[in-house]
Amino acid sequence: MTSEFEPRIVGFLCNWCSYAGADLAGTSRTSYAPNIRIIRVPCSGRVDPLFIAKAFQEGADGVMVLGCHPGDCHYVEGNYHARRRFAVMHRLLDYLGVDKGRVMLEWVSASEGARFARVVNEFTDQVRQLGPAKRPVHSF
Amino acid sequence: MPRIGVFVCHCGSNIAATVDCAGVAEATRGFPGVVHAADFKYLCAETGQNLIRDAIAEHRLNRVVVASCSPRMHEPTFRKAVAQAGLNPYLMEMANIREHCSWVHADRQVATAKATEIIRMVVAKVARNEPLTAKQVGLTKRLLVIGGGIAGIQAALDVANAGYQVTLVERTPTIGGKMAMLDKTFPTLDCSACILTPRMVELSQHPNIELRTYAEVLSVKGFVGNFEVEILQKARKVNHLTCTGCGTCWQKCPEKNVPSEFDVGMGRRTASYIPFPQAVPNKPVSDTANCRSVRHLAAKERGEKLMECRVCEKLCPTKSIDWEQKDEIIVDRFGAIIVANGYDTFDHSVYGEYGYGKYPDVITGLQLERLMNASGPTKGEVVRPSDGKHPHSVVFLACVGSRDDKVGRPYCSKICCMYTAKHALMLKEHDPNIQTYVFYLDIRAAGRGYEEFVRRVQEEYGSTYIRGRVSWIYPQDGKLIIKGEDTLLGRPVEVEADLVVLATGITAASGAVDLMQTIGISYDTYGFINEMHPKLRPVETNTDGVYLAGCASGPKDIPDSVSQASAAAVKVCGLFSQDYLTTDPMTSVVDQMKCVGCFLCEEVCPFRAVERETLRGGKVVARINESVCKGCGLCVAACRGEALNLKGFTDQQLLAQVTALLRA
Repeated sequence: MTSEFEPRIVGFLCNWCSYAGADLAGTSRTSYAPNIRIIRVPCSGRVDPLFIAKAFQEGADGVMVLGCHPGDCHYVEGNYHARRRFAVMHRLLDYLGVDKGRVMLEWVSASEGARFARVVNEFTDQVRQLGPAKRPVHSF
Repeated sequence: MPRIGVFVCHCGSNIAATVDCAGVAEATRGFPGVVHAADFKYLCAETGQNLIRDAIAEHRLNRVVVASCSPRMHEPTFRKAVAQAGLNPYLMEMANIREHCSWVHADRQVATAKATEIIRMVVAKVARNEPLTAKQVGLTKRLLVIGGGIAGIQAALDVANAGYQVTLVERTPTIGGKMAMLDKTFPTLDCSACILTPRMVELSQHPNIELRTYAEVLSVKGFVGNFEVEILQKARKVNHLTCTGCGTCWQKCPEKNVPSEFDVGMGRRTASYIPFPQAVPNKPVSDTANCRSVRHLAAKERGEKLMECRVCEKLCPTKSIDWEQKDEIIVDRFGAIIVANGYDTFDHSVYGEYGYGKYPDVITGLQLERLMNASGPTKGEVVRPSDGKHPHSVVFLACVGSRDDKVGRPYCSKICCMYTAKHALMLKEHDPNIQTYVFYLDIRAAGRGYEEFVRRVQEEYGSTYIRGRVSWIYPQDGKLIIKGEDTLLGRPVEVEADLVVLATGITAASGAVDLMQTIGISYDTYGFINEMHPKLRPVETNTDGVYLAGCASGPKDIPDSVSQASAAAVKVCGLFSQDYLTTDPMTSVVDQMKCVGCFLCEEVCPFRAVERETLRGGKVVARINESVCKGCGLCVAACRGEALNLKGFTDQQLLAQVTALLRA
């Protein structure tokens, strides 16, 4: 039953804003859905679209990329590159047969612990509604 | 072959309360490469670090995973610990099972399973870690201080006295900041100018300090020890090298009706002006928006006619007026930056119930300071702005733009309870017959001598304190009627007043967000700087080499701002006491065999760290300048040929984490 289904979610979090925001959610004891597994990256711009594709290929049900708000990137413009790549990635997902609702790019700052929890909860619910993901292709 | 040791920390009960640490350690023994696993109550303690060091020797470990708190907290601690055991510090990785797990999940089974998976991912990553070596770079031992309020002044003086060169940039024509506008300071009632102005003079005469007023920071490039900063020196239309500050120009300037920023609109100034008599530098600027001569010259260029003025030019005894002076951009190098950009007071015109800022006799605390000040627009006489009469009944409203979600300011501004009490006391000193009322929510008077001060105002000075917010202020027969509720008595109150003083709260300084973005430091929803750590690194920002002081990071009173400024100064002196800085070795690296020379990496690099190198066969390939590369990895994600990689966050390491999680 889909109500029993617990999605597996991979989150790529930039070290300076979103990872720190997730830390703040912890420090403030703001609880959220436990499905996300966080991978720390220096910048959302470090995330190669291949990582997202690879995650789905390996069986992820959803992938989040979280970075600094526009204008706040620790590396000046990394999140703008992330945003552009993500737009292209969105179109590639169609080709791979992955529902666009299974990926999310959001901005969470280091002071937004509560927002981090909310974004994760919303995305987890969204992916839970979509049910288990089919693996797009078996090898690249 | 990797020989990985996993160490699971209980963090007292912080992790152990929701995660079965012994069980997690047991489960990790089966992960690929793990040859040793242990759990311990406090790994960051000396005994915990010894446990790791001993295990490295005993089990011949060549990789270590510490499963505990966030790497943003203790990564340096554990890197040092493994280094002492002879292991390359970059062969240690942390698994964050506290902030990202035990603190946010209450269900023990869920949290234990999640902690195990988090460690599984990090084990897969660390197996692919390579030893890295930090490089050394030189540094420029010069400090840039942004903001010339009391915090900036203190920081600049402290660092200059330690023997280092300091440049202070202030955007207004004088240093002194908000403190210079105050009449007295709580709770000692020191004369603000008397304690501040000697500091201002000391700063301007200090051999190690270069003062740049009427200037702004345009851009900041580079990194700790080596910042390149563009400073905009706005045109003053006065040559400060020859000007003696005699005062002829501002005394004779015919344009006398410009609202004075320094007097918060309570007084008027001339177009050629110094903001207040003790201004530093004590030399004028010509405010180009209001100066008749500047406007005449501009009109002439447009072919329009406007009367010529040039009074100051004709009268200046040193011929220092220079209409040709233009804005100038100065490029300079600094090793560190202290951001002390201060604050602004909340704009109360959003409060309809207080008259949208339209009643002249509803003023702010800062405006009252100027009225009470002997060098203020009324020479220290407190009068109503509407008719110039002395008020007999004055009502104070606390928490205007503080602790009010409705106007987007849920935080406490910290200083208003105290300055309101000070105002009530000072008014009584000015006129013993005056009656004062204070509407408050709670009295927050934490600080040495603060609570006693507020009690004195109530008991000795007979100020009536009413607990409750005011719902409505309206004018009636030349007076103001204040309606509110006394929430202690549970009944409505109505007070008639001649003058209403709003204790407007602290907001981030105008342009704060732009400045933070220019420097590249993180800030919160309200425009205040985020500290590196709110408890343990309160004067550092998340950018190395950039420090903060004063209200830049939130509301503070003068003693707190000064302490923070001195703390930031110590951090800078610590930095400058080194001759070399070690750089983070987590930089990009090019596999020149794979590089096809498309230079997409060069295009995306925000730091110009990509250089071109011609190989012997004539092929042009990319090379990374490691002392410039900041390790963002933008180029790696952009590289189509997989020729680039980011040390410490390689494609292989990150993909191994994905695989380890999902294939399990």
